[in-house]
Amino acid sequence: MKNYKNKGNKPTKTGFGEGVLAAAGKNPNVVGIGVDITKSVSMDLFADAFPDRFISIGIAEQNAVGVSAGLALSGKVPVFATYAVFSALRTTDFIRVSVCYNNLHVIIGGAHAGISVGPDGATHQALEDIAIMRSLPRMTVLSPADATQAKMITEMAINELSGPVYIRFGREAVPDFTDEKQKLEIGKGQLLKSGNDLSLVATGHMVWEALQAAELLAASGIDARVINLHTIKPVDEDILIRAAKETGMIVTVEEHQVTGGMGSAVAEVVSQNHPARMKILGMPDRFGESGRPEELMEKYGFTAKHIYNETLKLLKK
Amino acid sequence: MKTINITRLKKTALNIRRNTLISLAEAGSGHTGASLGLADVFTVLYFSVLNHDPKNPQHPERDRVVLSVGHVAPGWYATLAESGYIPQEELMSLRKLGSRLQGHPATDHGLPGLESSSGSLGQGLSVAVGMALADKMDGKNRKTFCIMGDGEMQEGSVWEAAMSASHHKLQNLVAIVDRNFLQIDGETGDVMSLTPLSKKWRSFGWDVRMCDGNSIEDLLHTFDTLLYENHPSIIIAKTLMGKGVKSIENDYLWHGRPPGREELEGFLEELGYDE
Ligand SMILES: [Mg+2]
Repeated sequence: MKNYKNKGNKPTKTGFGEGVLAAAGKNPNVVGIGVDITKSVSMDLFADAFPDRFISIGIAEQNAVGVSAGLALSGKVPVFATYAVFSALRTTDFIRVSVCYNNLHVIIGGAHAGISVGPDGATHQALEDIAIMRSLPRMTVLSPADATQAKMITEMAINELSGPVYIRFGREAVPDFTDEKQKLEIGKGQLLKSGNDLSLVATGHMVWEALQAAELLAASGIDARVINLHTIKPVDEDILIRAAKETGMIVTVEEHQVTGGMGSAVAEVVSQNHPARMKILGMPDRFGESGRPEELMEKYGFTAKHIYNETLKLLKK
Repeated sequence: MKTINITRLKKTALNIRRNTLISLAEAGSGHTGASLGLADVFTVLYFSVLNHDPKNPQHPERDRVVLSVGHVAPGWYATLAESGYIPQEELMSLRKLGSRLQGHPATDHGLPGLESSSGSLGQGLSVAVGMALADKMDGKNRKTFCIMGDGEMQEGSVWEAAMSASHHKLQNLVAIVDRNFLQIDGETGDVMSLTPLSKKWRSFGWDVRMCDGNSIEDLLHTFDTLLYENHPSIIIAKTLMGKGVKSIENDYLWHGRPPGREELEGFLEELGYDE
């Protein structure tokens, strides 16, 4: 088994900011839209480097999306980022009509995704954004696993994709394990570990936990495959169908509601192509709460240990 | 010269109203009231104000129009046809399967002259702000016009956009409000008061003009005297819903219904003919 080494903890939001900066350096059409929490979503890297291309809109997310659409209609490549609860949820109809229906290349960053936001509590913990964003026609939905991936994926999304893009990232510093020379392809799942007893499919912060869970399983003699689904839409059907065929069992893990998220996307593919036993791990239709990130991850089961236990239960069924 | 011009514009407005009614009767659904009410605004905008070329709708220097109040599509499509963006016959495809003339304007269907899809109220001004910002960043001299309904001003996002337009000193942006004092449920004053509307816009940093939106002369004068300096501009154009068809004028029940086939001849009669 390949060993993934943590190069040091780093928030995926920092990777996002670095990706925007890198993309903007190569593409003069990239503009940034700020809605007051610029530094908190790492857009300060861009704003400091390109002040003339940074547009402050204030605390007005709907307007920010409409303005982004107008900029995109004029040949700009707008990057609009704020907390995911605001960028994806407060603005949904603006994204649907002005961005998606117009088929515009607007990059929407969803920061503070998941319960690991911690003490700010449930209002700020986006656990529904994947479900909403992936239901919009034309939207690409990305959820990088660590800071290095976030940087690579953000830069690719800005300068290589077309159409609307949603990129989800978190607040907490999490293990950064991706090798910068690693090839990542948007739309392709990343096979992190081979294995034939079952498949763990994870996204975002949960990828590292899934890797740790696979080690716990290995110690119990269970050979788990681990797949990083950094692209939730368009979903990589091939890698999922192969996982269903070859391992017969899939456990999905995400920092998101069980309803409509990445696990649902996987189930849509698996159930219609090669039905396999599945367990969707995530938030069971409830809100989060305040607490230290690690306390919340523990309480709500977003840990390697929980993945391990749930997998064993499924195997015994 | 000016007199001839005005006569011609009035004839254009009449044609737009006639074709609006005919296409709505054919469609069997759609929004008659404000389509008729805005015909004079459309006429002055498309035949006197805009720097545009219907034969080259993507011209990089064109002025741009965002029709935020998307449900007035029938009147606006008739204006596009009158301008030469689309063939007149195409108006008969309004709201039909496969048509470029969707119930609410959609870029998806390849309609020339359309900059942005609309139909969900309260989004167009934000889009127009983005366009005007881009032009300002790029040093382009053209203008962006955004047409809104008065009921639409009840959407909070309109005021987010209004604030941002003056903050960014978008002197290249002109909003036009169809002030007919009506909306689906009745009078705007009963549904949700908008007054004092001009004071609201002025306090948001806009250069505000009031005019008779059913007077070609007044509209021409108002557009002519816009300053395009330091501030975005807004024209609050007082109109009559259903203007031109006396029997339905100012009747909010005509917001969202089309003339029946049996009503069409009478309505066209009421509109009158070109002398
Ligand atoms: Mg009205």
